[in-house]
Amino acid sequence: MTVLLALCLVLPAIAATAVAVTHDPERQAVTLATSGMLLCLLFLVLQAPDVALSELGIGTAIVPLMVMLTIRTIEKDRKTRRTDEDGDDS
Amino acid sequence: MSRRARLLVFLLGGGVLAIAFVIGVVDMPGFGGDEHPYRDLAVPSAVAHGTANVVAAVNFDQRAIDTFGEETILIASTLGAVALLRPSREETVRRPPDLGHTLESTRLIGYVLMPLTLVLGADVVAHGGITPGGGFQGGVVLATGLHLLYVTGSYPALDRLRPLLPFRTAEALGAAAFGVVGALALIGTGSFLANALPYGSFGQIFSTGTVQVLNLVVGIEVFGSMVVLLAAFFEQEISVRKQDA
Repeated sequence: MTVLLALCLVLPAIAATAVAVTHDPERQAVTLATSGMLLCLLFLVLQAPDVALSELGIGTAIVPLMVMLTIRTIEKDRKTRRTDEDGDDS
Repeated sequence: MSRRARLLVFLLGGGVLAIAFVIGVVDMPGFGGDEHPYRDLAVPSAVAHGTANVVAAVNFDQRAIDTFGEETILIASTLGAVALLRPSREETVRRPPDLGHTLESTRLIGYVLMPLTLVLGADVVAHGGITPGGGFQGGVVLATGLHLLYVTGSYPALDRLRPLLPFRTAEALGAAAFGVVGALALIGTGSFLANALPYGSFGQIFSTGTVQVLNLVVGIEVFGSMVVLLAAFFEQEISVRKQDA
């Protein structure tokens, strides 16, 4: 049990560091989801299933989805701007 | 701001936070110890009100007014995000284009898991007072399940399946119902959000008094909120285009 607990404490810390050092926001959504999943495991091991469920729903599904949608919207906006500028040049 | 100035601001803020954190943590009881004054008070109160899920008893009975505040925060932030994301004057909403190719296996998983996730979400809401989970978690699971349709590549189907008006109404009614339950308790017993219903028999679905009722209304509100919130993001990403000049 102690080993499992230690593992569940260390892994989210590593995953959270990975989120912080991931540079590309698109990849960051994936590392964020992974870190949320590991955090959920920690809550489960600490016998807090209520919190684990919340973390699973929000941290690994809803927030990464919102991040991905935001990134795609920004990229789409950039692309239309670029084609607009090209159109002005010609 | 230059790099040095930023570092200085960070060290200042980080230093104060570190000191405050150490002061706050140093007097805490040891990790995994046997002494839990909060538990010794919360568990008997939960059992006295026939609530098997002690966490639900804390959230919806002993500290229901906190949860009421949190629900208000949720609805306010959803409202803010939706107001911010609404199509502006120079943008037009178009019919969502075809999303292109989706892997057959991904589609299959999406279609199989969607009904299962919806049933699971409803179960988590319904048993909130007696097993882990509750209105918030169940509402999020329900919203996630509905959005599995997006994973299958059929955004138009998702768009048809969730006409936004009912979800907006559900969000508002759910939040209002929480206050109404509280006010009814105030009229009946003289204190806001008091657990005024019969407690039933421990561990049964119709037990826990108002905890199950509040779970249900929170589940409705969170489901509505999440769907409305994600719909605003989806709309910006998929169907809103800048108007041609």
